Amino acid sequence: MARIAGVDLPREKRVEVALTYIFGIGRPTSVRLLSESGVSPDTRVRDLSDTEVARLRQLIERSVRVEGALRTEVAMNIKRLMDIGSYRGSRHRKGLPVRGQRTHTNARTKKGPRRAIAGKKKVTKK
Amino acid sequence: MSRSIKKGPFVQEALLGKVQTLNAKNEKKVVKTWSRSSTILPEFVGHTFAVHNGNKFVPVYATENMVGHKLGEFAPTRLFRGHSGKLVADKKAKPE
Repeated sequence: MARIAGVDLPREKRVEVALTYIFGIGRPTSVRLLSESGVSPDTRVRDLSDTEVARLRQLIERSVRVEGALRTEVAMNIKRLMDIGSYRGSRHRKGLPVRGQRTHTNARTKKGPRRAIAGKKKVTKK
Repeated sequence: MSRSIKKGPFVQEALLGKVQTLNAKNEKKVVKTWSRSSTILPEFVGHTFAVHNGNKFVPVYATENMVGHKLGEFAPTRLFRGHSGKLVADKKAKPE
């Protein structure tokens, strides 16, 4: 069982991909970590030796910020924006897009499912 | 090194000069400015700026957390009064 940074890695995948199941590690970071630790990216997680797992775990603990620590960092950054009263902070507070996208249409990812507006006629398809 | 780092932060020169004279005299005065695109530098911390929002001057007190942001980020240019609709119309019809 390979458990790194509090995440169980899928056993059947190549390590290069399996490491990306950790929040904060994507493909480029994964490739870099594997070359630094000298583990072949092609080995399956179940075939990793205990020493390899230990080496990876140590390297990740030392060099990258992952999981909880990273999530708190992101949350702190957003909180800072809101506390100093900046425009970007106010956008976060209102749950609207922060980087100048249009909101007349779209922006559904940030705004969530459409809410019905009283008195608005529905457009029906013919 | 990205190009923007090479170029350094932008601050309107007149504004920077004003803050520096204030710092030299150890004074705190409200600095009126239209330069919304000026970056807040560490020297600006503790000063209050009156930043134009297209209509009025909004007071912005520069704190340490704001360093690196632009003055305009703290003086919103738009005023949202809410959407029209039944609720708003009712309130207007009979103000108690």
